[in-house]
Amino acid sequence: MKKKWTVFDIVLTIFMAFVIVVTLYPFLNILAISLNDAVDTARGGIHIWPREFTLANYQEIFGSNDLLFQAFLMSIIRTVVGTITGIIASTMLAYTLSRKDFVLNGFVGLLLVLTMFISGGLIPEYMLIRNLGLINDFSVYILPMLLTAFNVIVIRSFMDNLPVALEESAKIDGANDFVIFSKIIIPLCMPVIATIALFLAVAQWNSWFDTYLYARGNEALTTLQFELMKILDNANISSGDINSQNAEVIAGKTNPQSIKMAITIIATVPILLVYPFLQKYFVTGLTLGAVKS
Amino acid sequence: MSRENNSASAQSNLPETSSPVERQIRIGSGITKNNKKPYTKSFWKRASKQKALLLMSIPFVIWLLVFKYIPIAGWVMAFQDYKPQFGFFEQEWVGWKHFKDLFNEPMFYTALENTLGMGILGLVFGTVSAIVFALLLNELRFLTLKKWTQTISYLPHFVSWVIVANIVITMLSQEGIFNNILVGLGIIDQPINYMAKPEMFWGIVTLSDVWKETGWNAIIYLAAMAGVDPQLYEAAKVDGASRIRQMWHITLPSIRAVIIVLLILNIGNLINIGFEKQMLLGNNIVMEKALVIDLYALDYGIGMFRYSFGTAIGIFKSVISVILILICNSVAKRIGEGRVF
Repeated sequence: MKKKWTVFDIVLTIFMAFVIVVTLYPFLNILAISLNDAVDTARGGIHIWPREFTLANYQEIFGSNDLLFQAFLMSIIRTVVGTITGIIASTMLAYTLSRKDFVLNGFVGLLLVLTMFISGGLIPEYMLIRNLGLINDFSVYILPMLLTAFNVIVIRSFMDNLPVALEESAKIDGANDFVIFSKIIIPLCMPVIATIALFLAVAQWNSWFDTYLYARGNEALTTLQFELMKILDNANISSGDINSQNAEVIAGKTNPQSIKMAITIIATVPILLVYPFLQKYFVTGLTLGAVKS
Repeated sequence: MSRENNSASAQSNLPETSSPVERQIRIGSGITKNNKKPYTKSFWKRASKQKALLLMSIPFVIWLLVFKYIPIAGWVMAFQDYKPQFGFFEQEWVGWKHFKDLFNEPMFYTALENTLGMGILGLVFGTVSAIVFALLLNELRFLTLKKWTQTISYLPHFVSWVIVANIVITMLSQEGIFNNILVGLGIIDQPINYMAKPEMFWGIVTLSDVWKETGWNAIIYLAAMAGVDPQLYEAAKVDGASRIRQMWHITLPSIRAVIIVLLILNIGNLINIGFEKQMLLGNNIVMEKALVIDLYALDYGIGMFRYSFGTAIGIFKSVISVILILICNSVAKRIGEGRVF
């Protein structure tokens, strides 16, 4: 039997539609501006549809501007490398922690969990990176972000709930721990690995502060997010000074403001393509992890 | 600490009253694989049989020590006049000097005020918006819309603060939609340059935060609501309770434990609001309202090479954070609610 719709239901439906509009409008607006002629954009009034359609802003990033294209490639490289190394590290450590008979279990577990409550802070971490000689080196994107306690704990909780029988029968067949890990545990953990891979990839793709602090001196290491941040920073400095912006707009077909919108779209699309399909997994992972921590 | 102890204590710390919700979200915390007898063999004998496990663990133990524990050991810098060109034992020890300097600096109090101000606003509006959103979504009959709203509401969480800052600045600009609507409705005569108004900065940061994280933060509340016993609603309906009364008298009390646990965790992090939003949304005009403790540490500690002073700021933050979490935990214990440890 279908329940009757009340005023409450109608108001609720309208409210949710409003939430969707408020969430999506900014992205559509930015997409429209990124596809609009830069000089025309300066006249204002672009909403969700470009007025003078052009791909010039994207051509700038993928064609004429070497730095921006390099930044795009570096964003992809660090995301791929960082996600793979992060997954290997977190699953391995999680597996050793899920083995209650492991001699170092208590010690390593404590070492890991404590990092959730206490951290050295900005300056000591900066000094460490400096003393390790990671400044302006690609490894500064990978090494400091290798493990997080939260990710390891989420994976371990998942492993704890796997049936023990499989593991034990493999042991009887004489498989060593590494074989059990790679041949039995990993294939069973794919749902949680997908979740953690998403978290790791998003963190890598979105990261800009490590470039700002540690890799500013090496142009080859710049990323899309950092280039976007630089444009934003310049715009902030000149905010309120409309004339200087107009001068830039008149000078060329593209301008930093339109490029900014195109970078924003390029940085958003990969996320949009991935997260909706992993939704089921990360919702469970998050619920489990939040309770654990 | 052994794992059995861990999980056992985790379980016993959860509130005793066990509604189906709590039981549902507690799954995983109490489960251990199997309860074998304690190991009696000697440490070395067991270790020699676990070479593969040791090999899989030790590189990451070294990583933890280097990347997480050396920075903590670096706290001693706060009691030195640290100069990078000298070795550790050649540094000059200065005791509490940097802390005294810190407490004598007016700028520090501005930073503290801004941090706590934006922290509290973020906590209040962030929590309320997530709970309200979860409550309303939970009541939504139109299931397709429910699914779409939920999926779309996660999107801002996954994009970076750089992108959100760009969005906020674009929307609030003189030609942006926000000014357009307000001028169109006749609420204001002239477009306002919001980003250049110091008195609006806290509000802008809070709203951006709500826009970005409400959908994401609602996940945990929705999961808790999904576990509420449907019979309770049936009974309420028989008694003639309206939908709003059901939300107030059944749904909300059922997720109270979850709300309190998350509140305690968030209050502990009140001072750890970071600096990303403030750095990206702020500019020189609004600096007096945008300067937060981390930005202050960054400017002085790294920007001006006062490493020891910057470290002292970090220690101050950690101490406050631990005090806050202990206070909240004991308050929650006293009123007999769920506590974190």
